[in-house]
Amino acid sequence: MKAAYQLVVIGAGPAGMAVAQTAARHGIEVAVIDEQADAGGQIYRNVDASPLADIDLLGRDYVFGRQLVQEFKHAAVEYFANAAVWYLDANGEIGIIVDGVHRRISAQRIVIACGAQERPMPFPGWDKAGVMTAGAGQILMKSAGMVPGEAPILAGSGPLLLLLAWQYLRAGVKIRALVDTTQSASRWTAMRHFPKAIAASDYLFKGLQLVTAIRRARVPWLREASNLRAEGDERLRALNFDCRGKPQRIETSLLLLHQGVIPSVQIAAAAGCEASWNDVQQCWQPVVDHWGQSSADNIFVAGDAAGIGGARAAWLGGQLAGLQIAHQLGELEQAQRDRLALPVRNARARHLAIRPFLDSWYRVADSCLVPRDETLACRCEEVSVGEIRALAAMGCSGPNQAKAFTRCGMGPCQGRFCGATMEQIFASETALNPQQIGRFNSRPPLKPVTLGQLACSD
Amino acid sequence: MFRLLDTAVAQIVIELDGVEVSVPAGVSVAAALLYLDQVPLRHSVVNAAPRAPFCMMGICFECLVEVDGVANQRACQVQVQAGMCVRLQLSPGAGASD
Repeated sequence: MKAAYQLVVIGAGPAGMAVAQTAARHGIEVAVIDEQADAGGQIYRNVDASPLADIDLLGRDYVFGRQLVQEFKHAAVEYFANAAVWYLDANGEIGIIVDGVHRRISAQRIVIACGAQERPMPFPGWDKAGVMTAGAGQILMKSAGMVPGEAPILAGSGPLLLLLAWQYLRAGVKIRALVDTTQSASRWTAMRHFPKAIAASDYLFKGLQLVTAIRRARVPWLREASNLRAEGDERLRALNFDCRGKPQRIETSLLLLHQGVIPSVQIAAAAGCEASWNDVQQCWQPVVDHWGQSSADNIFVAGDAAGIGGARAAWLGGQLAGLQIAHQLGELEQAQRDRLALPVRNARARHLAIRPFLDSWYRVADSCLVPRDETLACRCEEVSVGEIRALAAMGCSGPNQAKAFTRCGMGPCQGRFCGATMEQIFASETALNPQQIGRFNSRPPLKPVTLGQLACSD
Repeated sequence: MFRLLDTAVAQIVIELDGVEVSVPAGVSVAAALLYLDQVPLRHSVVNAAPRAPFCMMGICFECLVEVDGVANQRACQVQVQAGMCVRLQLSPGAGASD
Protein backbone atom coordinates (compact mmCIF):
# COMPACT_ATOMS: atom_id res chain seq x y z
CA MET A 1 0.00 0.00 0.00
CA LYS A 2 1.36 3.41 -1.02
CA ALA A 3 1.04 6.60 1.01
CA ALA A 4 -0.91 8.41 -1.71
CA TYR A 5 -3.15 7.57 -4.64
CA GLN A 6 -5.01 9.65 -7.18
CA LEU A 7 -8.22 7.92 -6.16
CA VAL A 8 -9.21 5.86 -3.14
CA VAL A 9 -12.52 4.01 -3.24
CA ILE A 10 -14.08 2.88 0.04
CA GLY A 11 -16.13 -0.26 -0.55
CA ALA A 12 -15.96 -3.02 -3.16
CA GLY A 13 -19.65 -3.53 -3.82
CA PRO A 14 -21.18 -2.83 -7.23
CA ALA A 15 -20.67 0.95 -6.97
CA GLY A 16 -17.11 0.81 -5.68
CA MET A 17 -16.03 -1.81 -8.22
CA ALA A 18 -17.53 0.27 -11.04
CA VAL A 19 -15.87 3.52 -9.94
CA ALA A 20 -12.50 1.83 -9.67
CA GLN A 21 -12.67 0.04 -13.01
CA THR A 22 -13.95 3.09 -14.87
CA ALA A 23 -11.31 5.41 -13.44
CA ALA A 24 -8.51 2.85 -13.94
CA ARG A 25 -9.53 2.43 -17.59
CA HIS A 26 -8.74 6.13 -18.07
CA GLY A 27 -5.31 5.86 -16.46
CA ILE A 28 -6.15 6.89 -12.88
CA GLU A 29 -4.15 5.25 -10.10
CA VAL A 30 -6.76 3.65 -7.86
CA ALA A 31 -6.81 1.86 -4.51
CA VAL A 32 -9.94 0.08 -3.30
CA ILE A 33 -10.42 -0.56 0.40
CA ASP A 34 -13.01 -3.06 1.54
CA GLU A 35 -13.86 -4.51 4.92
CA GLN A 36 -14.93 -7.93 3.64
CA ALA A 37 -12.66 -10.81 2.66
CA ASP A 38 -13.88 -10.87 -0.94
CA ALA A 39 -15.19 -8.24 -3.37
CA GLY A 40 -18.87 -7.91 -4.25
CA GLY A 41 -20.30 -6.00 -1.30
CA GLN A 42 -23.18 -7.43 0.69
CA ILE A 43 -25.31 -7.91 -2.43
CA TYR A 44 -22.80 -10.03 -4.37
CA ARG A 45 -21.11 -11.42 -1.28
CA ASN A 46 -19.03 -14.55 -2.01
CA VAL A 47 -20.51 -14.75 -5.51
CA ASP A 48 -17.07 -15.64 -6.89
CA ALA A 49 -16.17 -17.98 -4.00
CA SER A 50 -19.46 -19.48 -2.92
CA PRO A 51 -19.73 -22.24 -0.33
CA LEU A 52 -22.95 -23.33 -2.04
CA ALA A 53 -22.88 -26.27 -4.45
CA ASP A 54 -25.48 -24.48 -6.57
CA ILE A 55 -25.47 -20.67 -6.49
CA ASP A 56 -28.46 -20.52 -8.86
CA LEU A 57 -30.41 -21.22 -5.69
CA LEU A 58 -30.01 -17.54 -4.77
CA GLY A 59 -31.45 -16.32 -8.07
CA ARG A 60 -30.30 -14.79 -11.32
CA ASP A 61 -29.70 -11.31 -9.94
CA TYR A 62 -27.11 -12.69 -7.53
CA VAL A 63 -25.37 -14.82 -10.15
CA PHE A 64 -25.18 -11.72 -12.38
CA GLY A 65 -22.67 -10.27 -9.92
CA ARG A 66 -20.11 -12.98 -10.56
CA GLN A 67 -19.01 -11.44 -13.83
CA LEU A 68 -18.74 -7.99 -12.23
CA VAL A 69 -16.53 -9.34 -9.44
CA GLN A 70 -14.32 -11.30 -11.84
CA GLU A 71 -13.86 -8.27 -14.11
CA PHE A 72 -13.00 -6.15 -11.09
CA LYS A 73 -10.35 -8.60 -9.95
CA HIS A 74 -8.68 -8.36 -13.37
CA ALA A 75 -8.75 -4.55 -13.48
CA ALA A 76 -5.62 -2.41 -13.00
CA VAL A 77 -6.66 -1.56 -9.45
CA GLU A 78 -4.92 -2.03 -6.10
CA TYR A 79 -7.47 -3.87 -4.02
CA PHE A 80 -7.19 -4.26 -0.24
CA ALA A 81 -9.57 -6.73 1.42
CA ASN A 82 -10.11 -7.03 5.20
CA ALA A 83 -9.42 -3.28 5.47
CA ALA A 84 -11.62 -1.03 7.60
CA VAL A 85 -11.71 2.77 7.33
CA TRP A 86 -11.81 4.26 10.82
CA TYR A 87 -10.96 7.86 9.88
CA LEU A 88 -11.64 10.20 6.98
CA ASP A 89 -11.34 13.97 6.96
CA ALA A 90 -12.16 16.72 4.50
CA ASN A 91 -8.49 16.99 3.42
CA GLY A 92 -8.54 13.50 1.96
CA GLU A 93 -6.61 11.82 4.79
CA ILE A 94 -7.77 8.27 5.40
CA GLY A 95 -6.99 6.04 8.37
CA ILE A 96 -7.24 2.32 7.68
CA ILE A 97 -6.79 -0.87 9.66
CA VAL A 98 -5.51 -3.54 7.24
CA ASP A 99 -5.07 -7.02 8.72
CA GLY A 100 -4.73 -5.46 12.15
CA VAL A 101 -2.14 -2.85 11.12
CA HIS A 102 -2.87 0.88 10.98
CA ARG A 103 -2.06 2.79 7.76
CA ARG A 104 -2.58 6.40 6.75
CA ILE A 105 -3.08 7.20 3.10
CA SER A 106 -4.23 10.24 1.17
CA ALA A 107 -5.92 10.74 -2.16
CA GLN A 108 -6.81 13.54 -4.55
CA ARG A 109 -10.30 12.09 -4.86
CA ILE A 110 -12.18 9.77 -2.52
CA VAL A 111 -15.29 7.81 -3.36
CA ILE A 112 -17.41 6.58 -0.49
CA ALA A 113 -19.21 3.48 -1.77
CA CYS A 114 -19.93 1.75 1.51
CA GLY A 115 -23.48 0.78 0.62
CA ALA A 116 -26.46 0.45 2.90
CA GLN A 117 -27.53 -1.15 6.13
CA GLU A 118 -30.77 -2.63 7.38
CA ARG A 119 -33.12 0.02 8.73
CA PRO A 120 -33.39 -0.56 12.48
CA MET A 121 -36.72 -2.23 13.33
CA PRO A 122 -37.06 -1.71 17.08
CA PHE A 123 -39.84 -3.29 19.13
CA PRO A 124 -39.88 -4.83 22.61
CA GLY A 125 -37.52 -7.81 22.56
CA TRP A 126 -35.74 -7.07 19.26
CA ASP A 127 -32.49 -7.43 21.18
CA LYS A 128 -33.20 -11.03 22.21
CA ALA A 129 -30.80 -13.80 21.19
CA GLY A 130 -32.40 -15.41 18.15
CA VAL A 131 -33.65 -12.17 16.58
CA MET A 132 -31.53 -11.24 13.55
CA THR A 133 -31.85 -9.13 10.43
CA ALA A 134 -33.03 -10.71 7.17
CA GLY A 135 -29.76 -9.47 5.71
CA ALA A 136 -27.91 -11.57 8.30
CA GLY A 137 -29.87 -14.61 7.15
CA GLN A 138 -28.80 -13.90 3.58
CA ILE A 139 -25.18 -13.34 4.56
CA LEU A 140 -25.12 -16.72 6.32
CA MET A 141 -26.42 -18.35 3.16
CA LYS A 142 -24.06 -16.49 0.80
CA SER A 143 -20.87 -16.63 2.83
CA ALA A 144 -21.25 -19.77 4.98
CA GLY A 145 -23.73 -21.88 3.02
CA MET A 146 -25.96 -22.01 6.11
CA VAL A 147 -29.73 -21.91 6.47
CA PRO A 148 -31.97 -22.01 9.57
CA GLY A 149 -32.13 -25.41 11.26
CA GLU A 150 -35.72 -24.80 12.34
CA ALA A 151 -38.48 -22.91 10.57
CA PRO A 152 -37.95 -19.16 11.14
CA ILE A 153 -40.45 -16.31 11.21
CA LEU A 154 -39.73 -13.54 8.72
CA ALA A 155 -41.14 -10.20 9.86
CA GLY A 156 -41.32 -6.67 8.54
CA SER A 157 -41.69 -5.33 5.04
CA GLY A 158 -39.84 -4.86 1.79
CA PRO A 159 -38.54 -6.71 -1.26
CA LEU A 160 -35.58 -8.29 0.57
CA LEU A 161 -37.93 -10.06 3.00
CA LEU A 162 -39.76 -11.68 0.08
CA LEU A 163 -36.49 -12.48 -1.67
CA LEU A 164 -35.13 -14.21 1.44
CA ALA A 165 -38.37 -16.20 1.79
CA TRP A 166 -38.08 -17.26 -1.84
CA GLN A 167 -34.41 -18.24 -1.45
CA TYR A 168 -35.15 -20.23 1.72
CA LEU A 169 -38.01 -22.07 0.04
CA ARG A 170 -35.71 -22.97 -2.86
CA ALA A 171 -33.17 -24.25 -0.34
CA GLY A 172 -35.82 -26.47 1.24
CA VAL A 173 -36.20 -24.37 4.40
CA LYS A 174 -39.69 -24.21 5.88
CA ILE A 175 -40.94 -20.79 6.92
CA ARG A 176 -43.16 -20.69 9.98
CA ALA A 177 -44.78 -17.38 9.04
CA LEU A 178 -44.33 -14.19 7.09
CA VAL A 179 -45.41 -11.42 9.47
CA ASP A 180 -45.95 -8.52 7.11
CA THR A 181 -46.09 -4.98 8.51
CA THR A 182 -46.78 -3.37 5.10
CA GLN A 183 -49.84 -1.12 5.28
CA SER A 184 -52.41 -1.91 2.60
CA ALA A 185 -53.25 1.80 2.30
CA SER A 186 -49.78 2.44 0.89
CA ARG A 187 -50.67 0.39 -2.19
CA TRP A 188 -52.99 3.10 -3.43
CA THR A 189 -50.25 5.70 -3.21
CA ALA A 190 -47.93 3.26 -4.93
CA MET A 191 -50.33 2.74 -7.85
CA ARG A 192 -49.87 6.39 -8.80
CA HIS A 193 -46.27 5.48 -9.68
CA PHE A 194 -47.20 2.32 -11.53
CA PRO A 195 -47.09 3.83 -15.06
CA LYS A 196 -43.48 4.90 -14.49
CA ALA A 197 -42.62 1.50 -12.99
CA ILE A 198 -43.61 -0.23 -16.24
CA ALA A 199 -40.32 1.02 -17.69
CA ALA A 200 -38.65 -1.33 -15.19
CA SER A 201 -41.09 -4.20 -15.70
CA ASP A 202 -38.38 -6.80 -15.02
CA TYR A 203 -38.51 -5.75 -11.35
CA LEU A 204 -42.31 -6.08 -11.33
CA PHE A 205 -42.11 -9.56 -12.84
CA LYS A 206 -39.48 -10.59 -10.33
CA GLY A 207 -41.70 -9.38 -7.47
CA LEU A 208 -44.64 -11.29 -8.89
CA GLN A 209 -42.50 -14.41 -9.15
CA LEU A 210 -41.49 -14.13 -5.47
CA VAL A 211 -45.07 -13.57 -4.29
CA THR A 212 -46.39 -16.48 -6.37
CA ALA A 213 -43.76 -18.87 -5.04
CA ILE A 214 -44.42 -17.88 -1.41
CA ARG A 215 -48.19 -18.32 -1.90
CA ARG A 216 -47.71 -21.65 -3.65
CA ALA A 217 -45.60 -22.91 -0.73
CA ARG A 218 -48.55 -22.00 1.56
CA VAL A 219 -46.39 -19.96 3.90
CA PRO A 220 -48.76 -18.38 6.47
CA TRP A 221 -48.71 -14.74 5.34
CA LEU A 222 -50.06 -12.49 8.10
CA ARG A 223 -50.68 -9.03 6.70
CA GLU A 224 -50.93 -5.63 8.37
CA ALA A 225 -49.17 -6.92 11.44
CA SER A 226 -48.39 -4.42 14.18
CA ASN A 227 -47.38 -4.20 17.84
CA LEU A 228 -44.61 -6.81 17.54
CA ARG A 229 -43.14 -8.14 20.80
CA ALA A 230 -40.48 -10.84 21.01
CA GLU A 231 -40.73 -13.15 24.00
CA GLY A 232 -38.04 -15.27 25.65
CA ASP A 233 -35.46 -15.40 28.43
CA GLU A 234 -31.96 -16.58 27.51
CA ARG A 235 -33.15 -16.95 23.92
CA LEU A 236 -36.14 -16.18 21.75
CA ARG A 237 -39.25 -18.30 22.35
CA ALA A 238 -42.08 -16.63 20.44
CA LEU A 239 -43.25 -13.58 18.52
CA ASN A 240 -46.40 -11.81 19.68
CA PHE A 241 -48.16 -9.31 17.43
CA ASP A 242 -51.54 -7.99 16.37
CA CYS A 243 -52.93 -8.88 13.00
CA ARG A 244 -55.86 -6.72 11.89
CA GLY A 245 -56.66 -6.09 15.54
CA LYS A 246 -56.43 -9.73 16.65
CA PRO A 247 -53.59 -10.77 18.98
CA GLN A 248 -51.38 -13.58 17.67
CA ARG A 249 -48.54 -15.62 19.14
CA ILE A 250 -46.21 -17.84 17.13
CA GLU A 251 -43.42 -19.87 18.69
CA THR A 252 -40.00 -19.79 17.05
CA SER A 253 -36.32 -19.83 17.94
CA LEU A 254 -35.36 -17.59 15.02
CA LEU A 255 -36.90 -14.32 13.89
CA LEU A 256 -35.50 -12.49 10.87
CA LEU A 257 -36.39 -8.80 10.53
CA HIS A 258 -36.44 -6.43 7.61
CA GLN A 259 -37.80 -2.93 7.20
CA GLY A 260 -35.96 -1.80 4.07
CA VAL A 261 -32.41 -0.52 3.87
CA ILE A 262 -30.95 2.93 4.48
CA PRO A 263 -27.69 4.50 3.23
CA SER A 264 -24.63 4.09 5.47
CA VAL A 265 -23.88 7.77 5.97
CA GLN A 266 -21.38 7.64 8.85
CA ILE A 267 -18.19 7.98 6.78
CA ALA A 268 -19.55 10.80 4.60
CA ALA A 269 -20.92 12.63 7.64
CA ALA A 270 -17.61 12.30 9.51
CA ALA A 271 -15.83 13.89 6.54
CA GLY A 272 -18.25 16.83 6.74
CA CYS A 273 -20.33 16.04 3.65
CA GLU A 274 -23.80 17.57 3.76
CA ALA A 275 -26.75 15.21 4.12
CA SER A 276 -30.46 15.72 3.58
CA TRP A 277 -33.58 13.90 4.73
CA ASN A 278 -35.40 11.81 2.14
CA ASP A 279 -39.02 11.86 3.25
CA VAL A 280 -40.16 9.07 0.89
CA GLN A 281 -37.42 6.59 1.80
CA GLN A 282 -37.42 7.87 5.39
CA CYS A 283 -33.66 8.15 5.69
CA TRP A 284 -30.70 10.50 5.48
CA GLN A 285 -28.64 10.61 2.33
CA PRO A 286 -25.57 12.64 1.39
CA VAL A 287 -26.24 15.56 -0.95
CA VAL A 288 -24.64 14.69 -4.31
CA ASP A 289 -24.79 16.06 -7.85
CA HIS A 290 -25.60 13.89 -10.88
CA TRP A 291 -22.01 12.57 -10.95
CA GLY A 292 -22.06 11.61 -7.29
CA GLN A 293 -19.94 14.56 -6.10
CA SER A 294 -20.71 15.51 -2.51
CA SER A 295 -20.62 18.98 -0.95
CA ALA A 296 -16.84 18.47 -0.57
CA ASP A 297 -14.72 19.08 -3.70
CA ASN A 298 -12.64 15.94 -3.28
CA ILE A 299 -15.29 13.49 -2.04
CA PHE A 300 -17.84 11.54 -4.06
CA VAL A 301 -20.52 9.19 -2.77
CA ALA A 302 -21.69 6.42 -5.09
CA GLY A 303 -24.26 3.64 -5.02
CA ASP A 304 -26.68 2.97 -2.19
CA ALA A 305 -24.49 4.99 0.20
CA ALA A 306 -25.79 8.05 -1.71
CA GLY A 307 -29.44 6.95 -1.72
CA ILE A 308 -31.17 3.59 -2.10
CA GLY A 309 -31.44 2.59 -5.75
CA GLY A 310 -30.42 -1.07 -5.81
CA ALA A 311 -27.39 -2.95 -7.10
CA ARG A 312 -27.76 -2.27 -10.82
CA ALA A 313 -28.27 1.47 -10.34
CA ALA A 314 -25.28 1.46 -7.97
CA TRP A 315 -23.07 -0.18 -10.59
CA LEU A 316 -24.09 2.42 -13.19
CA GLY A 317 -23.82 5.31 -10.73
CA GLY A 318 -20.30 4.17 -9.91
CA GLN A 319 -19.38 4.40 -13.59
CA LEU A 320 -20.60 8.00 -13.70
CA ALA A 321 -18.46 8.93 -10.69
CA GLY A 322 -15.47 7.20 -12.30
CA LEU A 323 -15.91 9.20 -15.53
CA GLN A 324 -16.20 12.52 -13.72
CA ILE A 325 -13.12 11.83 -11.60
CA ALA A 326 -11.11 10.88 -14.70
CA HIS A 327 -12.26 14.18 -16.21
CA GLN A 328 -11.44 16.25 -13.12
CA LEU A 329 -7.97 14.71 -12.92
CA GLY A 330 -7.29 15.65 -16.54
CA GLU A 331 -7.47 12.21 -18.11
CA LEU A 332 -10.76 12.57 -19.96
CA GLU A 333 -12.03 15.40 -22.20
CA GLN A 334 -15.40 16.84 -21.30
CA ALA A 335 -16.97 15.87 -24.63
CA GLN A 336 -15.79 12.30 -24.31
CA ARG A 337 -16.94 12.12 -20.69
CA ASP A 338 -20.42 13.22 -21.75
CA ARG A 339 -20.49 10.84 -24.69
CA LEU A 340 -19.55 7.89 -22.44
CA ALA A 341 -21.92 8.99 -19.67
CA LEU A 342 -25.07 9.27 -21.78
CA PRO A 343 -25.89 5.56 -22.20
CA VAL A 344 -24.95 4.92 -18.57
CA ARG A 345 -27.28 7.68 -17.41
CA ASN A 346 -30.14 6.30 -19.50
CA ALA A 347 -29.66 2.77 -18.23
CA ARG A 348 -29.50 4.02 -14.65
CA ALA A 349 -32.70 6.02 -15.06
CA ARG A 350 -34.45 2.86 -16.24
CA HIS A 351 -33.35 0.94 -13.13
CA LEU A 352 -34.38 3.83 -10.89
CA ALA A 353 -37.84 4.01 -12.51
CA ILE A 354 -39.07 1.27 -10.16
CA ARG A 355 -38.09 3.16 -7.00
CA PRO A 356 -41.07 5.55 -6.53
CA PHE A 357 -43.41 2.56 -6.83
CA LEU A 358 -41.40 0.35 -4.46
CA ASP A 359 -40.70 3.15 -2.00
CA SER A 360 -44.41 4.01 -1.67
CA TRP A 361 -45.59 0.40 -1.55
CA TYR A 362 -43.13 -0.48 1.21
CA ARG A 363 -43.20 2.85 3.04
CA VAL A 364 -42.46 2.14 6.69
CA ALA A 365 -45.59 2.08 8.83
CA ASP A 366 -45.58 4.95 11.34
CA SER A 367 -46.12 2.47 14.18
CA CYS A 368 -42.83 0.77 13.24
CA LEU A 369 -40.87 4.04 13.22
CA VAL A 370 -41.83 5.12 16.72
CA PRO A 371 -41.91 2.05 18.95
CA ARG A 372 -43.45 1.56 22.37
CA ASP A 373 -41.73 3.05 25.42
CA GLU A 374 -40.34 -0.23 26.77
CA THR A 375 -38.45 -0.89 23.52
CA LEU A 376 -34.67 -0.62 23.61
CA ALA A 377 -33.81 2.27 21.31
CA CYS A 378 -30.06 1.84 21.87
CA ARG A 379 -28.99 -1.79 21.99
CA CYS A 380 -25.39 -0.98 22.98
CA GLU A 381 -26.02 1.34 25.93
CA GLU A 382 -29.45 -0.14 26.66
CA VAL A 383 -31.49 3.06 26.59
CA SER A 384 -35.24 2.74 26.20
CA VAL A 385 -37.54 4.60 23.85
CA GLY A 386 -39.39 5.90 26.94
CA GLU A 387 -36.23 7.59 28.26
CA ILE A 388 -35.68 9.38 24.95
CA ARG A 389 -39.33 10.32 24.65
CA ALA A 390 -39.31 11.82 28.14
CA LEU A 391 -36.27 13.95 27.24
CA ALA A 392 -37.89 15.10 24.00
CA ALA A 393 -41.08 16.04 25.86
CA MET A 394 -38.97 17.96 28.38
CA GLY A 395 -37.57 20.19 25.62
CA CYS A 396 -34.22 18.50 25.02
CA SER A 397 -32.73 20.16 21.92
CA GLY A 398 -32.24 17.05 19.79
CA PRO A 399 -30.40 13.79 19.20
CA ASN A 400 -26.95 15.07 20.16
CA GLN A 401 -28.09 16.50 23.48
CA ALA A 402 -30.11 13.35 24.20
CA LYS A 403 -26.95 11.37 23.44
CA ALA A 404 -25.02 13.34 26.05
CA PHE A 405 -27.80 12.84 28.63
CA THR A 406 -28.43 9.12 28.10
CA ARG A 407 -25.39 7.69 26.23
CA CYS A 408 -27.82 6.56 23.51
CA GLY A 409 -25.60 6.41 20.41
CA MET A 410 -22.30 6.31 22.31
CA GLY A 411 -21.86 2.54 22.20
CA PRO A 412 -19.72 0.56 19.78
CA CYS A 413 -22.28 0.60 16.92
CA GLN A 414 -21.94 4.41 16.98
CA GLY A 415 -25.61 5.14 16.48
CA ARG A 416 -26.05 2.93 13.44
CA PHE A 417 -28.95 1.07 15.09
CA CYS A 418 -30.43 3.84 17.25
CA GLY A 419 -29.94 7.07 15.26
CA ALA A 420 -33.02 6.59 13.10
CA THR A 421 -35.19 5.75 16.13
CA MET A 422 -33.89 8.78 18.03
CA GLU A 423 -34.83 11.12 15.18
CA GLN A 424 -38.29 9.59 14.82
CA ILE A 425 -39.02 9.93 18.53
CA PHE A 426 -38.06 13.61 18.40
CA ALA A 427 -40.12 14.04 15.24
CA SER A 428 -43.21 12.55 16.85
CA GLU A 429 -42.80 14.56 20.06
CA THR A 430 -42.04 17.92 18.44
CA ALA A 431 -43.98 17.75 15.15
CA LEU A 432 -40.77 18.72 13.33
CA ASN A 433 -39.29 16.56 10.57
CA PRO A 434 -35.88 14.87 10.90
CA GLN A 435 -34.33 17.48 8.57
CA GLN A 436 -35.17 20.13 11.17
CA ILE A 437 -34.24 17.88 14.08
CA GLY A 438 -30.85 16.85 12.69
CA ARG A 439 -28.88 13.66 13.18
CA PHE A 440 -26.11 12.38 15.45
CA ASN A 441 -22.72 13.92 14.81
CA SER A 442 -20.52 11.27 13.25
CA ARG A 443 -16.89 11.15 14.36
CA PRO A 444 -13.90 8.83 14.14
CA PRO A 445 -13.15 6.15 15.14
CA LEU A 446 -15.73 4.93 12.62
CA LYS A 447 -14.64 1.35 13.30
CA PRO A 448 -12.74 0.04 16.34
CA VAL A 449 -9.03 0.80 16.48
CA THR A 450 -6.73 0.09 19.40
CA LEU A 451 -4.25 2.53 20.89
CA GLY A 452 -1.58 -0.08 20.16
CA GLN A 453 -2.47 -0.05 16.45
CA LEU A 454 -2.29 3.76 16.36
CA ALA A 455 1.00 3.81 18.27
CA CYS A 456 2.56 1.34 15.84
CA SER A 457 1.51 3.24 12.70
CA ASP A 458 4.13 4.70 10.37
CA MET B 1 -29.64 -22.70 15.03
CA PHE B 2 -28.23 -22.82 11.51
CA ARG B 3 -27.25 -25.85 9.46
CA LEU B 4 -25.04 -26.37 6.42
CA LEU B 5 -26.84 -26.79 3.11
CA ASP B 6 -23.95 -28.80 1.73
CA THR B 7 -22.84 -31.11 4.52
CA ALA B 8 -19.72 -32.26 2.63
CA VAL B 9 -17.89 -29.04 3.66
CA ALA B 10 -14.46 -29.59 5.25
CA GLN B 11 -14.33 -29.15 9.01
CA ILE B 12 -11.58 -27.70 11.19
CA VAL B 13 -11.02 -27.80 14.94
CA ILE B 14 -11.09 -24.66 17.07
CA GLU B 15 -11.06 -24.23 20.82
CA LEU B 16 -14.24 -22.81 22.32
CA ASP B 17 -13.94 -21.91 26.01
CA GLY B 18 -11.15 -24.45 26.31
CA VAL B 19 -13.01 -27.28 24.59
CA GLU B 20 -12.08 -28.53 21.11
CA VAL B 21 -14.99 -28.30 18.70
CA SER B 22 -15.34 -29.04 15.01
CA VAL B 23 -16.68 -26.26 12.77
CA PRO B 24 -16.97 -25.71 8.99
CA ALA B 25 -13.80 -24.29 7.41
CA GLY B 26 -13.89 -20.90 5.70
CA VAL B 27 -16.75 -19.36 7.65
CA SER B 28 -16.82 -16.49 10.14
CA VAL B 29 -16.52 -17.16 13.86
CA ALA B 30 -20.12 -15.90 14.25
CA ALA B 31 -21.37 -18.37 11.63
CA ALA B 32 -19.45 -21.17 13.35
CA LEU B 33 -21.02 -20.28 16.72
CA LEU B 34 -24.51 -20.23 15.19
CA TYR B 35 -23.73 -23.62 13.62
CA LEU B 36 -22.81 -24.87 17.12
CA ASP B 37 -26.08 -23.38 18.42
CA GLN B 38 -24.06 -21.23 20.81
CA VAL B 39 -26.85 -18.75 21.49
CA PRO B 40 -26.62 -16.43 23.39
CA LEU B 41 -22.90 -15.86 22.83
CA ARG B 42 -22.45 -12.97 25.26
CA HIS B 43 -24.18 -10.93 27.90
CA SER B 44 -24.51 -7.19 27.41
CA VAL B 45 -22.26 -4.89 29.39
CA VAL B 46 -24.96 -2.69 30.95
CA ASN B 47 -27.72 -5.10 32.05
CA ALA B 48 -26.05 -8.49 31.39
CA ALA B 49 -28.82 -9.29 28.89
CA PRO B 50 -28.30 -12.30 26.60
CA ARG B 51 -27.24 -11.36 23.07
CA ALA B 52 -26.40 -13.15 19.83
CA PRO B 53 -25.28 -12.17 16.30
CA PHE B 54 -27.69 -9.68 14.77
CA CYS B 55 -26.45 -8.03 11.53
CA MET B 56 -23.58 -10.36 10.45
CA MET B 57 -21.98 -7.44 8.54
CA GLY B 58 -19.84 -5.79 11.17
CA ILE B 59 -21.98 -2.85 12.22
CA CYS B 60 -24.14 -3.91 15.22
CA PHE B 61 -21.37 -5.16 17.55
CA GLU B 62 -23.67 -7.75 19.11
CA CYS B 63 -21.40 -10.73 18.31
CA LEU B 64 -18.39 -9.62 20.35
CA VAL B 65 -16.17 -12.50 21.50
CA GLU B 66 -12.59 -13.00 22.63
CA VAL B 67 -10.38 -14.37 19.84
CA ASP B 68 -6.85 -15.60 20.62
CA GLY B 69 -6.70 -13.51 23.76
CA VAL B 70 -8.08 -10.27 22.28
CA ALA B 71 -11.48 -9.32 23.71
CA ASN B 72 -14.41 -7.63 21.92
CA GLN B 73 -13.71 -8.93 18.42
CA ARG B 74 -16.64 -8.88 16.01
CA ALA B 75 -17.14 -12.61 15.45
CA CYS B 76 -18.81 -11.95 12.09
CA GLN B 77 -15.66 -10.21 10.77
CA VAL B 78 -13.13 -12.88 11.78
CA GLN B 79 -12.70 -16.11 9.80
CA VAL B 80 -12.24 -19.33 11.75
CA GLN B 81 -8.73 -20.80 11.63
CA ALA B 82 -7.63 -24.23 12.79
CA GLY B 83 -6.46 -24.01 16.40
CA MET B 84 -8.06 -20.60 17.03
CA CYS B 85 -9.06 -19.99 20.66
CA VAL B 86 -12.49 -18.41 21.05
CA ARG B 87 -13.90 -17.38 24.40
CA LEU B 88 -17.48 -16.24 24.92
CA GLN B 89 -18.08 -13.07 26.91
CA LEU B 90 -20.86 -14.51 29.05
CA SER B 91 -21.33 -13.22 32.58
CA PRO B 92 -21.77 -15.95 35.18
CA GLY B 93 -25.20 -15.94 36.77
CA ALA B 94 -26.68 -13.62 34.15
CA GLY B 95 -30.19 -14.42 33.00
CA ALA B 96 -31.05 -16.30 36.22
CA SER B 97 -33.45 -13.57 37.30
CA ASP B 98 -34.87 -12.97 33.84
